[in-house]
Amino acid sequence: MFSVNNNAMAAIDGKKRFSMDKLLTIVCFFMLFVVVIVPIFMIIFNAFFDKNGFSLNLITEQFADKKNLDAMFNTIKIAIFATIFGTIVGVFYAWLLGRSDIPAKGVMRALFNIPYMFPPFLGAMAWELLLNDRSGYLNRFFMDVLKLEKPPLNINSIWGIVFVEVSYYFPFVFMQVVSALERMDPTLEECARIAGAKQSTVIAKITLPLVKPAISAGALLILISSLAHFGVPSILGFRQEIYTLPTRIYAVIYNSGGSFEGIRQGAALSVMLVGVVAIALFIQNRILSAGNYDIIKGKSMRPTLIKLRAAKLPLLFLSIFTLFIIVIVPLGMIILISFVKAYGLPLVPENFSFINYQKVFANKGTIDSIRNSLILSVSAGIISMFLGTLVAYVVQKIKPKGSAVLEITSMLPYSIPGTVLSIGVILAWSGAIFGITLYNTLWIILVAYIARYLSFSMKTSSASLMQVSSSLEEASRACGASHSESLADITLPLIRPAMVSGFFLIFLPAMREVTTSILLYGPYTRTLGVHIYSLRDAGYIPQAAALAVVAIGLIMLLNVIVTQLTKDRKGV
Amino acid sequence: MADYIVLRNVTKKFNTKTLGDIVAVDNFNINVHEGECFSFLGPSGCGKSTTLRMIAGFEDLTEGEIELCGKLVSSSKKKLYVPPEDRGLGMVFQAFAVWPHMNVYENVAFPLRIKKMNKTDIDKKVMEALKHTSLTGLEKTFPGDLSGGQQQRIALARAIVTNPKVMLLDEPLSNLDPKLRESMRFEIKALQKKFNFTIIFVTHDQSEAMAISDRMMVCDMGKIMQIDTPENLYNKPVNRFVHNFLGESTFINVVVKDNKVYPKGNTNQAIKIAIPSDASNEMVVATRPNEIEISKNDTDGYKTHIESRTFLTDRIEYLVSVGNQLVKVQTPHRIKFDKNEECYIKFVSPMWYPADDEKEAMERAKRQVI
Repeated sequence: MFSVNNNAMAAIDGKKRFSMDKLLTIVCFFMLFVVVIVPIFMIIFNAFFDKNGFSLNLITEQFADKKNLDAMFNTIKIAIFATIFGTIVGVFYAWLLGRSDIPAKGVMRALFNIPYMFPPFLGAMAWELLLNDRSGYLNRFFMDVLKLEKPPLNINSIWGIVFVEVSYYFPFVFMQVVSALERMDPTLEECARIAGAKQSTVIAKITLPLVKPAISAGALLILISSLAHFGVPSILGFRQEIYTLPTRIYAVIYNSGGSFEGIRQGAALSVMLVGVVAIALFIQNRILSAGNYDIIKGKSMRPTLIKLRAAKLPLLFLSIFTLFIIVIVPLGMIILISFVKAYGLPLVPENFSFINYQKVFANKGTIDSIRNSLILSVSAGIISMFLGTLVAYVVQKIKPKGSAVLEITSMLPYSIPGTVLSIGVILAWSGAIFGITLYNTLWIILVAYIARYLSFSMKTSSASLMQVSSSLEEASRACGASHSESLADITLPLIRPAMVSGFFLIFLPAMREVTTSILLYGPYTRTLGVHIYSLRDAGYIPQAAALAVVAIGLIMLLNVIVTQLTKDRKGV
Repeated sequence: MADYIVLRNVTKKFNTKTLGDIVAVDNFNINVHEGECFSFLGPSGCGKSTTLRMIAGFEDLTEGEIELCGKLVSSSKKKLYVPPEDRGLGMVFQAFAVWPHMNVYENVAFPLRIKKMNKTDIDKKVMEALKHTSLTGLEKTFPGDLSGGQQQRIALARAIVTNPKVMLLDEPLSNLDPKLRESMRFEIKALQKKFNFTIIFVTHDQSEAMAISDRMMVCDMGKIMQIDTPENLYNKPVNRFVHNFLGESTFINVVVKDNKVYPKGNTNQAIKIAIPSDASNEMVVATRPNEIEISKNDTDGYKTHIESRTFLTDRIEYLVSVGNQLVKVQTPHRIKFDKNEECYIKFVSPMWYPADDEKEAMERAKRQVI
């Protein structure tokens, strides 16, 4: 239908529109080629080619190393369990908050979304302080109270990593399912009751099957994120030599001192990681190839809330306990540690002071890192916003030959782990191909951010453009505006809110980014995340906590500003 | 005829954050007879859907009790509440509510499978229900591939498959196009004849309600206005709201002075109609636009002129001025007037209602919010 309209548009436009469309298309292809294709090509090239041409030596060497194989199996194991538990937790709470008469829903919903804003590696940091097997505060407490010989829990384990990842990733499923439940026509469930089904039967036979697409979409997000995740396994795993593929890649490059050989080895490992992701995507697709039903029909009636009756109090208690564990405990721990004079001291008022905050802000690196992160996330946000919208426009409205290639290329980095992307960026921008060396500059991080986050803005702009009917632009043409005038006066203003929200979708995660920047930073280009990470790595744990508190405060503040700015906007 | 569905003093209050307590259903007393087709008619927010949902068991009662087939199912005093699945009802929803993840057969078989009926019986009953709803041959199809009319037939088949004694229809036709709506109306009546159930039919479409019901209830703003047969409701509406809601109406605000009736705001010429004994100073005179006689020379009528003329397919509609007000007059095509032409009008059987209440208008606006 669109293409017909487009042909008609092209006809009224004659040659002029054709040339402008062509220009936009070429710019699009070029940008995506440089930002996405080149780094990916460089990884493949370096993994499979050496001085003597094509060779599988590097790859087979990696597979021969038991450490790498262990890392691979750990990655898979963690991802599978994080996905299973994350999905169960997410669906359970989505149902509880979306369909039952549990009290304090508004507050709980807001709290359940906090893990989404909170950088997971900070959570891992907090849990390590509480539950590491030597001096974790909570472990010591249990040992004292229960008179135990050995610490009862050890967060520095596969299960510890799974636990922390679940607590940060279940909102993916939670949010998808809650919104599906809200949009679902409640009469679908009511007529099952009329047909004689008990409440439990309705949940099993009607509600869950209907939200299955939302569940599997959320589960897929968890799976991909966990496979690619760097922060939590690096904080919790390194000390016990538990590696996943992303942390193993980092360790290999780190241990080689950033030499070309190390990076090549990293590239070969990246191929392994991408292979695992691809297989996981394929299997998930096979298992959960759910139909996409239209469940949003009908008049909006408030859904009948299911009365929990006797189960209400226990379930409320369970929810509060869960929130306490996943939100309050890690946050509280980070805050407490940030005030303690020295790591390891008991958490009592005498040991509290502001010294860590003073120290951390006396450190020039801190101010630099905050500045770097702000510069990077603002510029990555703006550039990706425009580039993503451009790609979306070309794909949706111009539809040139190969628009499918454009779309896939821009979405590709979404399923490529950040670690892998960094290696590609290092290989591409170290003078190898364009003769340009960006290594150790902010630019290289910026390029990586753009590649990584481009799909975010492309997605939001694309969804918005799809809703801008071509008749709106046609109406403007009928009023005498040229093609570019219609674009500027009609289409762009209509999708502006989507562009703005695309910007913030990039800006916020970029502010707390670690995975990509940890491989790309140079002496003067530490980001906020990297700075916290290295402070902790160097043993300055209370200072790292102090900076983490500042970072969390900053992120929350920005989030509030964003919600204030983006509400009540006109547009599609 | 026994009373089959009985509502006694049923009241439902909702607590809203912005507007405080809203009485959605205010002291409803309804008796529906066995085998009857009974409609709830009214504008949105009048309480008709809430009442239906209380009968179905989706909402509890703030006050009162409900009896189905001689059995008490809801009672606020006895804290009795039979869950919807145990009320043995059939129900069809406006949005069809057919389950998109089940095919036609599975949708219709669902109520029987819940009852743990054996396979051959299920098969027999499902096939019969599909036959009566003209869905035979579509068993394996998924609802997403079917038209709106077919989806609504699935919903009907699913509702009749258990042979319920009471069928609740919640605006079942309003998502269908007009032609289909009419034929579905006949199908529903035919099914009722065949399966012999009592129907409660909720709608906001007066012509649909008139055509399908034996009796109907007109309600507004949570109050019952009138319960009667369609004919009586049309001919003897108890108040201005019912008059306006059923069929076409035209109203004139009048003042009564010295035993004469004048249009409000203009006392130059009196309208010659009989004044009821209980009339107060300010009243509203209501009439149907086709119950006004219009002529060129009957000087006994109210002298006025034609303001505008609209050609409708089966009649002509004139607006004539009465004082400062405009009155709708509908005539057959053969009676022709030109714009601004002088004429005389006579009211054949006018009805008298109290003058407009401003408070009521505000209450109505408030209800539109919820």
